Amino acid sequence: MELLTTRHVSKSYNGRMIIRDISLRLEEGELVSLLGLSGSGKTTLLNILAGLVRPEEGQVFLCGQDITGAPGHVSYMLQKDLLLEHKRVIDNVALPLVIRGMRKEEARKKADPLFAPFGLDGTQMYYPSQLSGGMRQRAALLRTYLGSSSGVALLDEPFSALDMITKGQMHEWYLQVMARIGLSTVLITHDVDEAILLSDRICLLTGTPGEIHDEIRIETPRDQRKEFDLKPEFLAYKQQIMGILRRQMTA
Amino acid sequence: MKRRSESIRRKLLPAGAFCLIILIWWALSAGSLIPEYMLPSPVDVGKAFIGDFPNLMNHARISVTEAVYGLLIGTLLAFALACAMDRFVHLEEAVFPLLVVSQTIPTIAIAPLLVLWMGFGMEPKITLVVLTTFFPIAVGLLDGFKSVDPDAVALLRSMNATRGQIFRHVKLPAALPFFFSGLRISASYAVVGAVISEWLGGFEGLGVYMTRVRKAYAFDKMFAVIILVAVVSLLLMKCVSILRDLSMPWARRRGQQSGNP
Repeated sequence: MELLTTRHVSKSYNGRMIIRDISLRLEEGELVSLLGLSGSGKTTLLNILAGLVRPEEGQVFLCGQDITGAPGHVSYMLQKDLLLEHKRVIDNVALPLVIRGMRKEEARKKADPLFAPFGLDGTQMYYPSQLSGGMRQRAALLRTYLGSSSGVALLDEPFSALDMITKGQMHEWYLQVMARIGLSTVLITHDVDEAILLSDRICLLTGTPGEIHDEIRIETPRDQRKEFDLKPEFLAYKQQIMGILRRQMTA
Repeated sequence: MKRRSESIRRKLLPAGAFCLIILIWWALSAGSLIPEYMLPSPVDVGKAFIGDFPNLMNHARISVTEAVYGLLIGTLLAFALACAMDRFVHLEEAVFPLLVVSQTIPTIAIAPLLVLWMGFGMEPKITLVVLTTFFPIAVGLLDGFKSVDPDAVALLRSMNATRGQIFRHVKLPAALPFFFSGLRISASYAVVGAVISEWLGGFEGLGVYMTRVRKAYAFDKMFAVIILVAVVSLLLMKCVSILRDLSMPWARRRGQQSGNP
């Protein structure tokens, strides 16, 4: 079932077109990556999906309902974890519920049972400064999950600030969590390996203005992707994607 | 253990420097290197302080009252104006230059005018304290509001947060360290502002006491009151620090982790 779709979305800033005629769909439980070079309009597209920016042309639909330019329907996680340093971890995580009008105590009660599945048990009353980089990202993902009443999360390079080892652990962990909670995700990344490891489909956003020219489906099931980056299929996908990106750059 | 010894060292160093200054002061006056009417000995200043203690406390009570009222009103006004300037950019563009210009006017030049307009009671003193304490807090808060990470605001907007919710959850907490820095400076200005305004007219207060003892050439009492003004200012600044620690427990915890006070 199609959850989130965009139809012919275009957006310009100061007369310069950033993205053109983007049509994208996200199925329930799916992880779609938007892979592209810097400046290809990935973040602009994510801002449009989040309702933070209204496109000049095109529309965004969530379960068939037009949500163009209306924030609050899908949850959003940016490159930085953006945990608020003055709030305890549990209050950071429960923030989307409080914003929706839930009382603080009630929101805490709802958030608390999710700390264990997200590997954060015991950190509820910590301040963010007491968490490691990986734990901070997990807390931010938990906040994103709690904020997602529709079951759709938009992630803007969420693992890019982590070191290589932590990033690898987070990839494995995210695949497990996604399988357990059934979150549908649009992931922005410029890391080809990350896109292949995590995605069901990869949309290549290339050119100026950015357009989706190619879409690659990763056939290997997500539960069989342990050490996937050491396998020949992984390298084949990587070669294919790198070839497309190089051709686009030359063009 | 290392952190504890570091903390002790940090407290001992200024205490040692203070004792050294008192010792040099005492040596200068005991050796008659500087005439006693110009620099009374620390012992004489101590005796003057103890001898006139009830009178000093009575005057101090008035000055502290003026300083605290002025600081409270100044803080409230600064808070309201900073919020308004943050909300309405045109208001900031119109008012901020005037605020900067207002700070170039010396306090001592305004005080007689305030006495002329408001009389010899507490009102002109409190008004002067308001004028001196208002600026650092307003500018601190405005800088704090501007320091907010735009991505944090975008995150809350993506949650469909209202302007008030963004202010409460993101902007105000981000501005608190700036607010307390401004408040600390203003607390030190508050007592000095009250004393200066008392110099130029009034019946009670440390400024009035200072003028009287100066006219009587009682320099030991003059030094005693100067030290008292400094102590009161320090106490007020300490109160601000305690208030900051209570309002921002997360910052205190981070400071402890990094070994900072």
